[in-house]
Amino acid sequence: MTRTALARPSEPAVRKAAPGEAPAPRRSGRRRIALPYLLLLPALLLELLVHLVPMLMGIGMSFKELTQFYIRNWSEAPWSGLDNYTVAIDFDAPVGQALLKSFLTTCLFTVLSVALCWFLGTAAAIFLQENFRGRGILRTLFLVPYALPVYAAVITWAFMFQRDNGLINHVLHDQLGIGDSPAFWLIGDNSFWALLVVSVWKGWPFAFLTVMAGLQNIPRDMYEAAALDGAGVIKQIRHITLPSLRSVNQVLVLVLFLWTFNDFNTPFVLFGKAAPEAADLVSLHIYQSSFQTWNFGTGSAMSVLLLLFLLVVTGVYLLLTTRGRKTSDV
Amino acid sequence: MSEHVRGRTVPRSPMAAPRSFLWTRRIFLTLLTTFVLLPVFVMVSSSLKPLEDVSGKFQWIPSGLTIRPYFDIWETVPLADYFVNSLVVAGAATVFSVVVAIFAAYGVSRYEFRGKRVFTVTVLSTQMFPGILFLLPLFLIYVNIGNATGIALFGSREGLILTYLTFSLPFSIWMLTGYFDSIPRELDEAAKVDGCGPIRALFRVIVPAASPGIIAVAVYAFMTAWGEVLFASVMTNDTTRTLAVGLQGYATQNDVYWNQVMAASLVVSVPVVVGFLLLQRYLVAGLTAGAVK
Amino acid sequence: MRRIRAAVTGAVTLSLAFTATACGGGESGEATPKTLTYWASNQGSSLEVDKKVLQPELDRFEQETGIKVKLEVIPWSDLLNRILTAATSGQGPDVLNIGNTWSASLQSTGALLPFDAKNFDSIGGKDRFVDSALGSTGTPGKDPAAVPLYSMAYALYYNKQMFKDAGIAKPPTTWDEVIAAGKKLSKGGKWGLGVEGSNLSNNIHQVFALGKQHGADFFTADGKADFTSDGAVAAVKQYVDLMATQKIVAPGNAEYAQNQSLSDFAKNKTGMVLWQTPSQTFASQGMTPEEWGVVPAPVPSGKPGAGRQTNSMVAGINMAVFKNTKNLDGALKFVKFMTSDEEQVILNKTYGSVPPVKGAQKDPSFADPSLDVIRETLASSAAALPQVPEESQFETVVGTAVKELFADAAAGRPVTTESVRAKLDKAQQQMPKK
Repeated sequence: MTRTALARPSEPAVRKAAPGEAPAPRRSGRRRIALPYLLLLPALLLELLVHLVPMLMGIGMSFKELTQFYIRNWSEAPWSGLDNYTVAIDFDAPVGQALLKSFLTTCLFTVLSVALCWFLGTAAAIFLQENFRGRGILRTLFLVPYALPVYAAVITWAFMFQRDNGLINHVLHDQLGIGDSPAFWLIGDNSFWALLVVSVWKGWPFAFLTVMAGLQNIPRDMYEAAALDGAGVIKQIRHITLPSLRSVNQVLVLVLFLWTFNDFNTPFVLFGKAAPEAADLVSLHIYQSSFQTWNFGTGSAMSVLLLLFLLVVTGVYLLLTTRGRKTSDV
Repeated sequence: MSEHVRGRTVPRSPMAAPRSFLWTRRIFLTLLTTFVLLPVFVMVSSSLKPLEDVSGKFQWIPSGLTIRPYFDIWETVPLADYFVNSLVVAGAATVFSVVVAIFAAYGVSRYEFRGKRVFTVTVLSTQMFPGILFLLPLFLIYVNIGNATGIALFGSREGLILTYLTFSLPFSIWMLTGYFDSIPRELDEAAKVDGCGPIRALFRVIVPAASPGIIAVAVYAFMTAWGEVLFASVMTNDTTRTLAVGLQGYATQNDVYWNQVMAASLVVSVPVVVGFLLLQRYLVAGLTAGAVK
Repeated sequence: MRRIRAAVTGAVTLSLAFTATACGGGESGEATPKTLTYWASNQGSSLEVDKKVLQPELDRFEQETGIKVKLEVIPWSDLLNRILTAATSGQGPDVLNIGNTWSASLQSTGALLPFDAKNFDSIGGKDRFVDSALGSTGTPGKDPAAVPLYSMAYALYYNKQMFKDAGIAKPPTTWDEVIAAGKKLSKGGKWGLGVEGSNLSNNIHQVFALGKQHGADFFTADGKADFTSDGAVAAVKQYVDLMATQKIVAPGNAEYAQNQSLSDFAKNKTGMVLWQTPSQTFASQGMTPEEWGVVPAPVPSGKPGAGRQTNSMVAGINMAVFKNTKNLDGALKFVKFMTSDEEQVILNKTYGSVPPVKGAQKDPSFADPSLDVIRETLASSAAALPQVPEESQFETVVGTAVKELFADAAAGRPVTTESVRAKLDKAQQQMPKK
């Protein structure tokens, strides 16, 4: 990344100290070494209890024939080897096909949703950086979607997306005269866009909040210096704001990605137990394949496949975004 | 409003904003506000209509207004109990999650140690497993802990707190590490030179400097717990049910009380929005506290 | 040293604080002989209404037996998942309500107490219950996993004023008459019949009855999925065609899943619905009992009966005992109490359902013409949904197939025998391999 003269007057504070300056732990005895571990201990214990152990159990489940006949006593469920996996990835059969389609839908949905959330959040945070009349009110209003309980927010959208009685069709069809007949939003192909709208509406305030917090750490004198150099608003945003947000953005985008990819509540409330094919997100799909059809083995196998995919994506993402930075930044 | 006052004390930004920028901003913010407020408007207007009207065609101007839904909501479901449950669960989960995350993020951000990478990657990877799948294993673990120790984790608020605090932990640690990283090390080094131990340096210097980030993380942790539906639906009972699940009580076997859902959602969201409003002051307070001068 | 102590203190305080919270409060799931936990399903217009209805009865039970019943009313959206987790962990209620169509599925988990001769004796005998209701309590040939508590059946509800305005003299009894009446009603923004196209269970209930009329059963006699038989395809097509070709169902109904078809009916927007005991909902939507009429659901011959003249599934709620109960004796006493003639009259009257107990059916309070239709249907022309362990999967996959076909019809895409068969074939392949 090229640093322009703009940033020279004072090195961006958010940049990492150069490797040499990093306060490498002075090896002054065992307590020095123990401290970081103690700091991590509570987090580690909690993760073990609530995430890691259940996750390992889940992986174990994926190798068992865990249908309704065995859920009362898991240890008695017969081992099924890779059967659950072969069913899940047999793309010639309906189960595998449906999973693949659901997976691709989820990928497209996630990319669009994350991009829009990030864009809206960052743009709003930058626009609200300056003080002007009504700024405080807007800042609060923008957090409202985030403050509403998910169920309430999504059921309201479902209410608005109703074909015959909803606000969306009232505006689009009745008032603007788009389309010959009112469109369906909760079933059929449009459901993808309905889901995207709800997801962005619900997700972007989080990006806004995070970026807003990130902006607070950019020293003002950097802008002052840049302004003295004659840089306009756009240049300042491009050369100071966005680079300074890099480490926050790195986290934010990944958080939004994983969050959106695994989102269950939104499609579940919006569409009920069976999502339309066009909006059949993989989390709901797995729910259907396990809870609805009481086949927890196959559901687990699908989840493990998903986990592997997300691990790879995250790994690649971290490699790409941290290229040229110290490993400890991860 | 206080932040206006505060805003004025900050030197006028050097971002000399051209006219085109101002117009872009105006249009963008107007559109965004409309997008954000549209469902809120629908909620408010629907909550003031009788049931027969809500289930009919949408109208901008309601034919009749009633405040009855705002009274009925307390009768249809024990809304107040659910609200208290949600507040306790989400509040406790937030506090614990943020404290645990601060410690962990401090360790990751400021120390080099063996296994750091493994720790970060492991913690992060826990976010990738679909929640639906470890629902049953976790339930089983809680039941077994309960049988072995007598600590009731399933069906209780405590079990839910434990679950939710761990849900938000990975991202909280990670985000806080990012925020802590952006605080120059010279600051805590200076504190250490002044004789502070690492923990005091953390709370004296880093936590205040990262307060906007911590608040962002706290809000995230709170909302994770506040809105979660799936685990709450199987891990709670009558007395511990949270709002996220309880609101579904307005959709019964034969009726969906749209007007009451909307009214109840608004009522329970007001305290949260007010809470956000108060927190915002601290969010911008970091403007001065976090700046390196 | 100070630093490390600070760190340790921090960590320890935190974990202590944590344990402290974890220790406080909570209820132990232990059942002592003097208490029972009862999970009731949501039958009334809200959870609170159910509590108000049931609590006095539970108090009476406590007076009679000294056993205190802890009531939890569970919304339908959570009930099955709660039962599943209870079955998995062994931690559950002592007595619970289940949807009667889940009986065989839940029976196969082994979590419910089988009602063998001895258990039936302790609640007053098997022959107290109506036969059709007993037919929906588990796999045939096995001891029932539950006993019937409330019974319901489908019937055709029609809007009297709309029928009068359209000049329809007599409510329809055959499908041809339904379509003829529907066509007369479907004009000027009004429609003939309402359906809940996105409600999976409702779709299943409707196509099951139609399937019977085509001689199809969706499962073979030995319990294998058989969704693509000519009869099944014809039944599903006939149901979806009400919208696709007959055009007596509004396209918008394809997305209905929250009983919008009932509010349309109450608002005089549709003339007919096929439903189970909707009178409470009509009332809450502002429709008085005088405004609607009810006749048995249509059959090919116009005369409901067994076999191809079946016009409804056996709908209802069953009561089951959780096998892990530590108070079996008390649990059975409670089942006996709830299925006693006296309680059956009180509860079914309140909920607008029909008692599955013969003694209670004779009570004069059920001598209501609208309930007569239901009772008659249950007695002579209702059939139980397939009592196979895979019933739950069947509802999901076939219900979804019908939902998708309705979506096609609503979007104006053709619904052909081939497209119906293809959807059902896909559904069948999603069923667990046997």
